Amino acid sequence: MAVLTPPPRTRPRFGPQAGLVAVTRGVVFTGLMLAGLGLLIVIVAALFFTALGAGILIAGNGGPQDKRVLLAIIALGTGLGLARLAGPAVLLGSRGLARLTRQLAGDWCGVLIPERYTPRPDEALTYTGRLRWLAMDPATWRDLRWTVANPVTCILAALPAVIVVTGLVEFIGPELTREIPPPAFPGNTAGTLIVLGLAITSVGVLAAPALLRAYGLVARSMLTPDGEAELAQRVRQLTQTRTEALDTGATEIRRIERDLHDGAQARLVAMGMTLDAAGQVIDTNPEAARALVLEARDASVKALAELRALIRGIHPPVLADRGLADAIRALALDTPARIHLASDLNGRPPAPVESAAYFAVSELLANVSKHAEARQTWIDIRHTGEMLRIGVTDNGHGGADPSRGSGLRGIERRLAAFDGVLAISSPPGGPTAVTMEIPCVLSSPKTSSC
Amino acid sequence: MRVVIAEDLFLLRDGLTRMLQAHGLQITAAVDNGADLLAAVTADQPDVAIVDVRLPPTFTDEGIKAALAARREVPGLPVLVLSQYVEQLYARELLAGGSGGIGYLLKDRVFDSGQFVDAVRRVAAGGTAMDPEVIARLLDRNTGDGTLAALSPREREVLALMAEGRSNAAIAQRLVITERAVAKHTASIFLKLGLQPSDDDNRRVLAVLAYLGG
Repeated sequence: MAVLTPPPRTRPRFGPQAGLVAVTRGVVFTGLMLAGLGLLIVIVAALFFTALGAGILIAGNGGPQDKRVLLAIIALGTGLGLARLAGPAVLLGSRGLARLTRQLAGDWCGVLIPERYTPRPDEALTYTGRLRWLAMDPATWRDLRWTVANPVTCILAALPAVIVVTGLVEFIGPELTREIPPPAFPGNTAGTLIVLGLAITSVGVLAAPALLRAYGLVARSMLTPDGEAELAQRVRQLTQTRTEALDTGATEIRRIERDLHDGAQARLVAMGMTLDAAGQVIDTNPEAARALVLEARDASVKALAELRALIRGIHPPVLADRGLADAIRALALDTPARIHLASDLNGRPPAPVESAAYFAVSELLANVSKHAEARQTWIDIRHTGEMLRIGVTDNGHGGADPSRGSGLRGIERRLAAFDGVLAISSPPGGPTAVTMEIPCVLSSPKTSSC
Repeated sequence: MRVVIAEDLFLLRDGLTRMLQAHGLQITAAVDNGADLLAAVTADQPDVAIVDVRLPPTFTDEGIKAALAARREVPGLPVLVLSQYVEQLYARELLAGGSGGIGYLLKDRVFDSGQFVDAVRRVAAGGTAMDPEVIARLLDRNTGDGTLAALSPREREVLALMAEGRSNAAIAQRLVITERAVAKHTASIFLKLGLQPSDDDNRRVLAVLAYLGG
């Protein structure tokens, strides 16, 4: 999902030049409206043919029976076929036009319109999957409503151009070419017509910026995400990610408990028993006691190694010590593939974000060395605005499929708890590029005492 | 031999002190933070400083910073850094000076006091003592792209011990082979890896580490 940077606020200024620009922009908006109208015609046609077919089937009478059935089938087939073939494309088209309108309203009318779309699911979508994604997104219907209403609202944007054209063609035109008959009213001499024409044209040009801004405001009132529906969606998403985060946390704690129980704790018990045995024979058989003590020592070394591995899995010390960039650098030093790291972090993300990002990169690097047969990997860590963005790109053979690998899904779930997202591009033949984005603010760099 | 110890946990500081004293080393100061370490090394001019990575006030990598600061303060001061975990990143930072007299070991290594005191003496003499786990990870990392594929299993063992900073005599003792056999292996390793052979133990270690780390 791309991050949209807010467009610069440019308020239309008053004056002939600004007016002419505004007239042109109004024409472009009218063009968008006409494109939307084209999409509506497809919908209307699909509805019309479906209704016609159904009507003939149900209420049709007169004429030969088989001819009526044939007609009904043709009409139904055309209607439903049109809906099936063009349905998603029309919805996507109306979303595209609305997005463009939002963008242009910001750039041209100085009216910022926020947008919020449900991100497209990552897996290759089936027809029904795509339709479900579109239909579940309230933004789709908001945009369609806009496309329907736009032919009326667009009068605001088109009006200046209409006035200008009227002034030029109807009033000044007859003076330039004899083809155009002059408007019939008393006193329509050449002089008055030209003066009137110029006056009308000027009114159109001068009114254009205000009308364009009015159009932008109307667009904002219709295209701004509706608070309640958005909130409902947000609540659904938060409920889901919270459940998943709690599940992940509980699973992790169970794993740690099991590892401690089966590992270090068991070894300590064994060590205690070995030392006890050594104590029993120390007088009678010092040699055997010595062997037992050495055995206990080796067990303690193993217990420590297990604890170290466990700690690395929970929260690597180097991450706590040095932060994300150095922890990933340390990780890179343990990885066979050549890794190029670029980081512009000056400050540290909140600890949970740092940890999630670290383990995500760790998982991705493991994937690279397991599957991709990559010779080189590039890791890029940036923080711009309030977004931590990490790119991991390798020159391996690609073909990573997030719908098949549980690893990528797991990363996605963990990032979702922070409203983070993961995007992957991995065409067969490579390269594989994974981008992760997590919204967060950095704390200022720690001031060191040394 | 005069030693300064910086370790914030009393039990470990006390244990280390006793153990080194039992092996005939003299502990001139045992401190629990980086600032006191700096004061002690400038005042006592010890033969070696043994420093824990995790020290107050931050309890992160304070020890590494303190060790590097101590080496700036007293140039050439041999420093042995102890840690509950090892990171190649830290090993590189410690080695970056390139002048030797550096040790980086897991705390577990003190369980074998004979080996540990050997390492302390080696570092004090300007040598290197890298933890076997650091070396094992370095070797693992280089196995992937086949640079070490030309070495025989025995040569790999010798390479690992050499990278830890051990002398030919120590390697021979460890692998239960003659010193001449070790010399043959090292010559063969240097030839296969295209490194300049060197009789100086320390330069040899740094060359091997640079090769593996590159």
